[in-house]
Amino acid sequence: MADLRSNFVGIKSPNPFWLASAPPTDKEYNVVRAFKAGWGGVVWKTLGEDGPPIVNVNGPRYGAIHGADRRLLGLNNIELITDRPLDVNLAEIKKVKREWPDRAMVVSLMVPCEEEPWKKILARVEETEADGVELNFGCPHGMSERGMGSAVGQVPEYIEMVARWCKQHTRMPVIVKLTPNITDIRMPARAALKGGADAVSLINTISSIVSVDLDNMAPMPTIDGKGSHGGYCGPAVKPIALNMVAEIARDKETRQMPISAIGGVTTWRDAAEFISMSAGTVQVCTAAMTYGFKIVDEMKSGLARWMDEKGYATIEDFRGRAVPNVTDWQYLNLNYIAKAKIDQDACIKCGRCYAACEDTSHQAISNTKNGKRHFEVIDAECVACNLCVEVCPVENCITMERIETGTDPRTGKMISSDYANWTQHPNNPMSVKAAE
Amino acid sequence: MSSSKEPNIEAGRLKKSELAANFVDLHPPLTPHEALVESDRCYFCYDAPCMKACPTTIDIPLFIREIQAGHPKSAAKTIFNQNILGGMCARVCPTETLCEEACVREHAEGKPVKIGLLQRFATDQAMGEKHPYTPAKASGRRVAVVGAGPAGLACAHRLALHGHDVTIFEARKKSGGLNEFGIASYKTVDDFAQKELNFILGLGGIKIEQGKALGKGLTLAKLEQDFDAVFLGLGLSGVNALGLKHEEAKGVEDAVAYIADLRQAKDLSKLKVGRSVVVIGGGMTAIDIAVQSKLLGAEDVTILYRRGQDHMKASRFEQELAQTHGVNIRPWAMPKKLLTKAGRVIGLKVEETSMKGKTLSGTGVTFEIHADVIFKAIGQHYVDVTSGALLLDQGRIKVDANKRTSQPKIWAGGDCTAGNQALTVAAVDDGRRAAESISSFLAGATHG
Repeated sequence: MADLRSNFVGIKSPNPFWLASAPPTDKEYNVVRAFKAGWGGVVWKTLGEDGPPIVNVNGPRYGAIHGADRRLLGLNNIELITDRPLDVNLAEIKKVKREWPDRAMVVSLMVPCEEEPWKKILARVEETEADGVELNFGCPHGMSERGMGSAVGQVPEYIEMVARWCKQHTRMPVIVKLTPNITDIRMPARAALKGGADAVSLINTISSIVSVDLDNMAPMPTIDGKGSHGGYCGPAVKPIALNMVAEIARDKETRQMPISAIGGVTTWRDAAEFISMSAGTVQVCTAAMTYGFKIVDEMKSGLARWMDEKGYATIEDFRGRAVPNVTDWQYLNLNYIAKAKIDQDACIKCGRCYAACEDTSHQAISNTKNGKRHFEVIDAECVACNLCVEVCPVENCITMERIETGTDPRTGKMISSDYANWTQHPNNPMSVKAAE
Repeated sequence: MSSSKEPNIEAGRLKKSELAANFVDLHPPLTPHEALVESDRCYFCYDAPCMKACPTTIDIPLFIREIQAGHPKSAAKTIFNQNILGGMCARVCPTETLCEEACVREHAEGKPVKIGLLQRFATDQAMGEKHPYTPAKASGRRVAVVGAGPAGLACAHRLALHGHDVTIFEARKKSGGLNEFGIASYKTVDDFAQKELNFILGLGGIKIEQGKALGKGLTLAKLEQDFDAVFLGLGLSGVNALGLKHEEAKGVEDAVAYIADLRQAKDLSKLKVGRSVVVIGGGMTAIDIAVQSKLLGAEDVTILYRRGQDHMKASRFEQELAQTHGVNIRPWAMPKKLLTKAGRVIGLKVEETSMKGKTLSGTGVTFEIHADVIFKAIGQHYVDVTSGALLLDQGRIKVDANKRTSQPKIWAGGDCTAGNQALTVAAVDDGRRAAESISSFLAGATHG
């Protein structure tokens, strides 16, 4: 049986599944339930400065995008950081860590962008014997208007500065949580590294308005006729998170930086994908909020089974394995020729491939044969774009088949077995030519 | 042999509550959530096979998408554009041999999208609402429609939509044709045929004269004279006979007439039902009368069919419906002799059959079966009421692709016409096509 144990910047947990800083980790009651359910660790919901507690709205905090049968695909929230007193949170953190010493206990923090408040709160957190801190530079709503959260995360210099303060004032590992609401995720990651942070975690939620109430002409969720943008998360954001994790993992400056991945992790497979992109742990929130803590059972058993099947004994055995295969477009092999192929036995003749190809792509699928409904790829037109594969409702009915020899029926050109990319292509004015 | 028993025919075999439970909706309507989930199963096929399989060519993928996008009333309009009786068709169409058989998900997994139920969901939203169409400017043209069944109503609606003044002549005191008098009760509960009729008439421009039958006071010549065009949706008024001695004996009944009585019965507990019922035939009427006899409390119901089950006109779904209601289907058996006692039927002598090459013939092996009531459900035929004014084809009115008869001002559709599939939906299609053809004709005549 695969060993799921994780050691992330010195923070040990029995499995890589942590609950992200969010409502599920706001208090002892929830966290203890999570640990009983088998979660490897938690990032305690963000603590703020001591003082009058944060105030939340008293109307709806969530909005969502649903798929068929109300499957929740994307969740949007406008909740702020913890609205419970600092002392209460700290006392509970200390108690839970004592009672669950084998679980990761990371504390999320967000205080004004000045050294003193950070210094002060770090000292308080250290007393709890928590395993580490996560700096919330990601929250895109409410707190950002007060100069915190993503307002810090959008300025690399601030990230570096605060990370440095934190490293100076605590012995605990410091994880910087990044906002995706920026142009290039590598910039804040590099800043965190420069500031001495031990790791980054990403992504925080994406600024979003999930829908508009067309009767009241107001964004949802609506509070007394008005709405505000929130932070988007859940399965819908996974591709965005995966790309950002990959960008940091393959960046020259940050490639060795530990990453705790966040963004739409719903099943073991999502976790395996993030780990293959170098994540050391994954953080989960929406899936737990949708289905409850029990889902971690599937995540653990699924990941372990898959690792056993693949012969991976530990997380480290496959962590980051997909990173070398993430490249820039310009390095993709232009001599790789493929054609779509429709398995006629599997085809149910819905014609979606035809409609997609004929109306919106390359007119490379025929729709009749001997006067009968029949869908077949025209190799002489097919550019192997994969759209037909993606719109086909039958799994594995349409596949992409590589042609390795002979000529490409579309271009009439001989297929070369040599690797050739855009940087060498004659049409590229910037191409690197071999010595003449 | 049980044939010596006295005939046992009586009303009230079941309690009223049992009858009420037996005659509920065969397929309960979808809830809004079920409709959303089901509509999401549609693949929105290119050149959709379901649409091609629909006799009225309803744009099925589009109406399902409209349901999925939260606009069931738009879906209803998409349906009505092709089939104004889409509500009834949703209930009575043998979808398992039409749209749902063609559904690619039937092909893929044996579970087609529930097109019939989705159509019902959509059309139900439009009933009782403001009529979704507005008639065109009055053309000043008058069209007579004979018969207020599915063909006549579909034709009348489309004609009125084009601004023509329509008068429907209906022989019965109540309109609807087979929708009102013929379809099995559990397929159209809550007086739906009349609700739909009112919905159709909601367009305006259509008046109905009840109790007016062609050949009985009303003549084709007079209609031709009084109207600019005529549409005949006459149905089939003749019931096929078994061709056996004692066919007039008490207890030998016409299934169609009995179903009409059942449909009109205010109190099912007052309807007389045989204890042992034999149905002769293999179509939808045979299934309908067999199942309803069972639901009314008959103890033994047997359908005799002279060929194999695969040859029955009733779909496999309908056959199974009968069988799950406890009806015994006895294929390869034909009636040989009606057994009677004092002018009442008491049973039937049946001969087993088989195919000899391509011909069906008796094997010589016979058996007797007890019956208190024998229903004839071996089809109906067209009875000419036009004094031979129209050319016939295989005993029914000959029409061209536009449903025009051999007379230039007369169109016909539905069961009375040659080549019709004997389905509500096919009659609706005929009516609509005829109306379009009549409209073009009238427009041409105006210009001329």
